[in-house]
Formats: sequence, structure tokens, C-alpha cells
Amino acid sequence: MRAAALPWFARHEARLAWRDWLAMVQGGRRRRKAVVALAVALFVIFLHLLAYGLLQSHADALATGKRAFVALTGAMFLSWTLILSQAMESVTRSFYARADLDLLLSSPSPAAAIFKVRLVSIALGTAAMSMLFLGPVINALVLLGGWRFLSAYGVLAAMACSATGAAACLVALLFRAIGPRATRLASQIVAAIIGAAFVIGVQVVAIMAYGGMSRFTVLQSPELLAAAPAIDSGMWTLARAAMGDLGAMVVVLAASVAFLAGVVALISGEFARYSLATVGQSGGASASTARRPAFRKRSVAQTLRRKEWILLARDPWLLSQSLMQVLYLAPPALLLWRNFGGDGGALVILAPVLVMAAGQLAGGLAWLAISGEDAPDLVATAPVSARALLGAKIQAVMVAVAAPLAPLIAALAFASPWIAIVTAIGAACACGCATAIQIFFRSQARRAAFRRRQTSSRLATMFEALASISVAGAAGLAAAGSWGAVAPAICALAVVAAARALSSGR
Amino acid sequence: MEALTITGLTKTFARRAVDNLDLSVRAGQFYALLGPNGAGKTTTLRMVAGLLPPDAGRISIFGVDALADPIGAKRMTAWVPDEPLVYDKLTPVEYLEFVAGLWEIEPARAQDSAAALIRLLGLGPHAHERCEGFSKGMRQKVALAGALVHAPRLIILDEPLTGLDAGSARQVKDVLLERVRAGCTVIMTTHILDVAERMAERIGIIARGRLVAEGTLADLRQLAGERDGSLEDVFLELVQERREEPAAA
Repeated sequence: MRAAALPWFARHEARLAWRDWLAMVQGGRRRRKAVVALAVALFVIFLHLLAYGLLQSHADALATGKRAFVALTGAMFLSWTLILSQAMESVTRSFYARADLDLLLSSPSPAAAIFKVRLVSIALGTAAMSMLFLGPVINALVLLGGWRFLSAYGVLAAMACSATGAAACLVALLFRAIGPRATRLASQIVAAIIGAAFVIGVQVVAIMAYGGMSRFTVLQSPELLAAAPAIDSGMWTLARAAMGDLGAMVVVLAASVAFLAGVVALISGEFARYSLATVGQSGGASASTARRPAFRKRSVAQTLRRKEWILLARDPWLLSQSLMQVLYLAPPALLLWRNFGGDGGALVILAPVLVMAAGQLAGGLAWLAISGEDAPDLVATAPVSARALLGAKIQAVMVAVAAPLAPLIAALAFASPWIAIVTAIGAACACGCATAIQIFFRSQARRAAFRRRQTSSRLATMFEALASISVAGAAGLAAAGSWGAVAPAICALAVVAAARALSSGR
Repeated sequence: MEALTITGLTKTFARRAVDNLDLSVRAGQFYALLGPNGAGKTTTLRMVAGLLPPDAGRISIFGVDALADPIGAKRMTAWVPDEPLVYDKLTPVEYLEFVAGLWEIEPARAQDSAAALIRLLGLGPHAHERCEGFSKGMRQKVALAGALVHAPRLIILDEPLTGLDAGSARQVKDVLLERVRAGCTVIMTTHILDVAERMAERIGIIARGRLVAEGTLADLRQLAGERDGSLEDVFLELVQERREEPAAA
């Protein structure tokens, strides 16, 4: 094979992508392939059962018609925004994560070719990831609605291509508008907002119009159905393609592939120039900090807590990644506002939502404080006991989680003191569970590795999610006044105990 | 008085990294620990700094048992790793304030000490810039300032001059020598034998986890039978002997 040719680069990229994926599913450890295959198979089966369970109650909406078109188009747009967000993150990373770019760009190979292959490989990776998570939904649709839904796989591939093309255009626009230094952060924030905005937007409409948080209520509302275009409108091409219209599917797929090809052809040369412009920006340039009176008398715990908060506040990307979870608190806050003074029935939903948000936020922050340490040798050689160090870090996490939740819980206390108490206790428990799991699976890494924290331990991520769901379930049931809350509470304790048992064997 | 006494120190990973090592360093001495790659230098020093638990042996720092009272030992010790790990989002001044807080140094004393170190190490123009854009040499100097801001009695440095330009290396060497003159004990590993030859009062050579030779440069020359040789000649001679030992045995 001739070196530096497009197929040669493609093979190189494919090998790297495969090894990256393998490392991700293996959680950074070399395990027997059979164990990994079994774990992946179980995960896929779980997703299939989940998708089937969720779609079963809406099976009547799958018959071709305006109702199905609206629901499917809405769901596909929601998914597309998430895929676009993921693709934007990948495109941005391809400039700034310079593991091999210095080598490639200093070689005599044309830089444009590198980015051609890289953009296509991002499209393929995005498609593969989408297949993993949305494939079970399509398979459930096939089971419930017939073989025609298999064409949705073509639509999914089209969505991945178009999202990658759109992501490349957006990143290029950001480069032109604000330059390489600011693009990294701006692009990651835009990606996160794109991923959350539409989901939250539909939820806001649901709350304002129907007093609930279900997105499906909006997509199936009589008002939206009445306002939607007629059934023969071209706007439903995507839905038709997903529901078995092969002609429509070919058109959608061809248009998306052509769009991606056009973007790759037009932008890859430009990307090579941007890439050179990002040299020296990968670590971030020095920023001056306002001089202020330093060296105040503080206890060791205060010193450590302050350091954690300063580092979090000064890293806009980490802050945006963590606070993005807080963005999801906007709909519950709106629901609280809308139902303020009511009988409290509608507010019961807030308890599990806020508890879940607390657990998720605590998981990320706990990783940053407990595992993400940039100067581990300094902290370990300080004359401070390990217990005191850990205590200060946990306090820093608890305060950071409490800050955005406290105003909501305080407002909730005026509307329904019982729900507020349950929510506060549930949030503290979810926070405690997430932090404990992070401590059990602690593995030192630099804070910059935040994005890969979930790959370092799939098990910790899984336990964290299970504990949050269990505590949120318990909080929801307790808020509704049901003794059934005891069952998920015991389940949460069991999850934490299992996490401890499994982590000690590592 | 002995600043550091190591007795029977042993650490095994996949193979024995440190093998029943005995070593002592007098207070106020500049001690260079030399050895080929993988000889066990860093492992030894990481155990002394409290970063690795030994499998066996004893470590005493100024008479304090570092394994029984690690906090007491750490209070007198500073560790500078070969990879300067500092917080990207803190400025050098803030980093020094953080370190002073960890060692619970009086703020006024810490501030004076930080100001002096920033001046001595040439960090003044960048004292209020975040470390994220700093070169490796700048980071190394910030890490060194952090190690010295709490006025340790024992300073342990692992390859502190790697990656520094000539000017920065001179600044670091001057600061270390000044500390030794003030009564501090410095233990340093280095592959730059010229530096060890010119700065260290005593030199220890470690190979396969054991101390194979120790003394002044003159002592080592005598041991190696190299009457006029440089430290490089002596080092290669002694390490070569050690390498050949198992084969000879």
C-alpha cells in the first residue's frame, strides 16, 4: 500500500478508532475478550428490553399517518441534535487533542487528505455510536410495526452523515468568527447547548401548555397535529423514509452523503490551516489573573476547598460540562413556578428529578475533586492525613452541588414542605452515593481527562447511575406519601454495597 | 546528625526494584544519587517522600520514623518530581499560597518566602499568569518554588534539571546551593554527571536496587581504580562491574 494515500490513512484511522473503542468497553483494562463480548451483549439486550417497554404503550401511533409522522419527525430531530452535539465534540477534539497531529502535519503527506479521512472517520464513528444506542429502538419498532422499519437504519446513517457535515461547518464558522484560541471552549459549549436545548425546549412547552414534563405530550398534542403540514407534505420525507418508504430513504441517504462529501471536499483544506493555527493552543494560553491580597490565614481544609472551587471556576469547559446538568433543572424550576400555590400534586415529580440531577452533578464533581488531581505528589507529600484531604474534597463537592439546588428546594418548601424535605434528604443521599462510589473506584488522573472519566471505570459509571435512579425513585415515592419508597431505598444501599465489594476486589 | 537514614529498604513490583537498601545522608549535605535507568533511584526517593509504602525496611528523617509518623516526617520534607505537576489554572503566587496553606505556614512568612523565591527563580514577570501556558522549565521552577516555600529541612529532587535551559538550570542550582549553605539537606537524582560532580559533597551510586558505591568523588575514584577519571568514567566503571556481577557469579 502506498504510504500517505487516502486508503492508507483510512486504514490507520480505522485501526486507532477500533482500539479506542476496545479500550472504552474494556474500561482501560485488558480483560478477556469473552467477558467484554458478554458485557456488551448484556448491555445491548438491556437496551432492547428498555426500548421495547417504552414503545409498547405507543404502538398505536406507529401506523402511517400524520400522528406517527409528527411523533417520528420530532423524535428524529431530538436524536439528530444529540448526534450533532456528539459530532461537534469529535470535530473539535480532532484539532486540539494533538496526540498525532504534530507527526502527521510535519510529514510530507498533504494535510487536506488527513482531514478528509478524519472527517469521514468521525462520521463513521458517530454512525456506529448512534447504531449502538438507537439500533435497539429501531429493532423494537421492527418487532412492533413490521419489517418496513428496517429502513430506519438508512435514515440513521443519513443522520450521522448530515450531523457530521453540519458539525464541521459549525466548527469552521467558529474558527473564522472567533479564532483558534476561543473556538475550543466555544465549540464545546455550543455542542452541549445544542444537545440540551431542544430537549429542554420541548419540555418547557409541555410544562407551559399541559402542566407536565413529558415531551411526548407535546409531540402528540391536538394543537401540534392541527398545525402540522398535510400528510403529503415534503416535510415528512424523513418520517416516510424511516417507516419503510425505500424511495424516500434513498433520497435522504443520498442527500446526506452528498452533503458530507461536499463539506469534506470544501472544508478539509481549510481545516488543515486551522489545525496549524491551533498549535500552541492545545494546552491553553496563559491567562493573567487579577492581583489580590494573597496569603491569608486559612485552615488546611479551607485551603483545599478553596483550591477545588478556584480550579472549577477557572476552567470554563469543566464548569460548562458540570453545569450543563444544572441546565436540566430549568424545566423542573418552571414546573414549580407554574404550579406554585396549587395542591402540590404536580410537584411530586420534582422530587425524583431534582434528586437525579443532584446525583449526576455530584458524580462529575466528585470525580474532579477526588480522582482529578493535577499535582498528586504535592498533595500526597503534604503533612495532612489522607482522611483530612478526602474530607475537605468531599465538602467542596457537597457545597458545589448544594449551591444550585438550594434555591429550588427553598422555593419548594413554601409550596410543599413535605416534598421539599424529601427532596433535600434524597439529594443529600444521591450526592453521598455518587461520592462514595467515586471514592471506591478512585483512580488518580489529570483533570483534563474529565471527558474520559467514564471510560476509566464503566463499573463506577453504571453503579453511579443505578444508585441515582434508585434514590430518585425512593424520593418520588416518598414525596407521594407511599411506603413503597423503602424498596428503591434498599436497592440504593445494595448498589453502594455492591460497588464497595467489587471495588475492593480490583 | 543524620538527615535521612534508610535501613533494609525493600520494594518489589514485577521484579525487585529496591533490594535491602541501606543509606544515610548527613544533615546539611548535598547528596547526589546516581544510577542507570531502572536502578531504583526514584522508587527509593518516592518511598522516602511517603508516596510509596515499602515492603520492608525503615526510613528515618531527622530522627522521625517516616513510617510510624508520616505527617511529622512530611512536615520537614519537600519532594520535587521529575515531571513538574502544577495546577494549570493557578498562578505561581496562588500555587505557593496553596502549598503554604497545606504546610500551615504563617501567612506573612510564606508571603516573604514566596516573593524571594519568585525573584530568585526569575518567575517575577509571570507571577500572576496561570501556569497553563508555561514551558516545562517554567513549571519546574514553579514546582521547585512550591517545594521551598515551606522551608523544608530535607529537599528531595528527582531529575530537577531535565528540560531546563542553561539559564534556568543555573538559577535552580544557585537556589539549591544557597539552601544547603543555610543548613538544608538536598538529595538529588540526576543523569547529568557533570552537575553531580560539581555540586554534590557525597555521591551514592545505585544499581539493581542496591547501593554499589558511596563517598566523595575522590572516594569513588579510588573504588573504581580511576585515579584521574571524571565522574562519568568512575560511574561507568562501577555500574559496569555491577552489571557483570551476576554473570560472573
